[in-house]
Amino acid sequence: MPDSRSGNVFYMKKYTYTEKKDTRSGFGAGLLEAGKKNDQVVALCADLIGSLKMDAFIKEFPERFFQIGIAEANMMGIAAGLTIGGKIPFTGTFANFSTGRVYDQIRQSIAYSDKNVKICASHAGLTLGEDGATHQILEDIGMMKMLPGMVVINPCDYNQTKAATMAIADYHGPVYLRFGRPTVPVFTDPDQKFEIGKAWMVNEGTDVSIFATGHMVWKAIEAGELLAEAGINVEIINIHTIKPLDEEAVLKSVAKTGCVVTAEEHNRIGGLGDSIAQLLARNNPVPQEYVAVNDSFGESGTPDQLMKKYGLDTEDIIKAVNKVIKRK
Amino acid sequence: MTPDIEKLAKIASQVRRDIVRMVHACQSGHPGGSLGCADYLVALYFNTLKHNTKFNMDGHGEDLFFLSNGHISPVFYSVLARSGYFEASELATFRKINTRLQGHPTTHENLPGVRIASGSLGQGMSVAIGAAVAKKLNKDSRLVFSLHGDGELQEGQIWEAAMYASHNKVDNLISTIDVNGQQIDGPTDKILSLGNLRTKWEAFGWEVLEMSGNDMADVVRVLDLAISKTSKGKPIMILMQTMMGNGVDFMMHTHKWHGTAPNDEQLATALGQLEETLGDY
Repeated sequence: MPDSRSGNVFYMKKYTYTEKKDTRSGFGAGLLEAGKKNDQVVALCADLIGSLKMDAFIKEFPERFFQIGIAEANMMGIAAGLTIGGKIPFTGTFANFSTGRVYDQIRQSIAYSDKNVKICASHAGLTLGEDGATHQILEDIGMMKMLPGMVVINPCDYNQTKAATMAIADYHGPVYLRFGRPTVPVFTDPDQKFEIGKAWMVNEGTDVSIFATGHMVWKAIEAGELLAEAGINVEIINIHTIKPLDEEAVLKSVAKTGCVVTAEEHNRIGGLGDSIAQLLARNNPVPQEYVAVNDSFGESGTPDQLMKKYGLDTEDIIKAVNKVIKRK
Repeated sequence: MTPDIEKLAKIASQVRRDIVRMVHACQSGHPGGSLGCADYLVALYFNTLKHNTKFNMDGHGEDLFFLSNGHISPVFYSVLARSGYFEASELATFRKINTRLQGHPTTHENLPGVRIASGSLGQGMSVAIGAAVAKKLNKDSRLVFSLHGDGELQEGQIWEAAMYASHNKVDNLISTIDVNGQQIDGPTDKILSLGNLRTKWEAFGWEVLEMSGNDMADVVRVLDLAISKTSKGKPIMILMQTMMGNGVDFMMHTHKWHGTAPNDEQLATALGQLEETLGDY
């Protein structure tokens, strides 16, 4: 693939996709695989089996599945208790009910108690769509990353979510795994090995570092291709693990490019952008622009309409790149 | 084997001495509920539980106990130490900087005998259910016990757990409520009345037993009875009537000693009422 100059045009490493799938289905597939690999893996759900795509696991391992009912606090406590018999519990519900609703249960019974629970959260962010702001949590990454010892992961497509789900079963400790509802392009390797805390270099570039997570990674790729045509050579790094942050990868990239755009389907306050900003403030302060929701709640609408209205579209990344390069 | 009630009562006396001394030494902590639950915890750890003081978190093949009302940590720590999980001398570090004996119990400092953090109320029954379910999955026939305050029943999560345990026939779980009728701001009947606890728990599908929690013989008897009711398709609830502050006359009949430490003079009076049986730490 050409990455050299051709006139004033740069070429991005090419990413294509043949199908779109939802990341929650990646979770469902990964859970089944994790269950096959390790008989200590168990799953719990608070009345959202279909939404969380847990059917395949339940069919294969009915005795290792626990229907909790609409009682998320109880689910977190039962999950914590199951670890005491050596089980590896995966809890499943919407991101809102996986975090804000049960923050104290997670804090005391799971995080502070060092329990090996995997909190798996679907329908995160605006792309939940029509259900509106009651269900569109945009604060979950912030809440969860503030808990000492909690690993926070937000994969970008079906394949990466599946790989991440399998990887966290092998990791001992509490994990928050965030994924979403809509179908999005599948562009990562189906056989990838997911390394917790290891950023993925999507495209090497020299003019700006785009650090993107979750659904925003594909939008960063779209933006990168358009920017290349305009003569801007972007580096795109997929930060699938927000905590622990791959500090080395971030600092190495920024040392080369000298400016940063962060992109996340989350509140501007407390998310990936703030983690990057804190790292840079301590080590290498450079101009940074946030592509994130500007401290507001969401609303009803289609995912595409909402991403556009709340400033999370490909265009918004392009604008942020142009702005931050001028600030260098 | 007939349990030696007198011997258990003597241990409880020493545990009560430990409680007031620990709370006095750091001038903080919760003596009232701790004193009220001393007999129950002594009976549990010195007679009822099949447990291994060489602590292992998973507790395979052991009975497990979860303290949900974590503020009565003094009685929990004393009983753990006196039954051999760690040296009794460590009780002197309670609530002091760098201690493993945190104000509320935690696994974070690796104190042997503690399997979950508690203190924020209402969470322990869910955890106990999880551990009980894990035992069933592991084909481990030992039991899970949990203790809760009566004020704690005002937390909604308790009732989520109550529904789950009966619906799913978690019949290897024996929970106990410390019914002392007191909470921080006053009597439970005045703050937020709990209603008829027997009919409430029965309506939730539990096997309900009642126990006189400051009568060692009755505690031993009812715990045995509870064990005989396990594996019959229902979780078991023991409603344990206790007197907050039991054993120290001026700490009884009031909620004042829920979270207050005695001064030097009050400590001396309290210790004068509690026989030293195992040697003070």
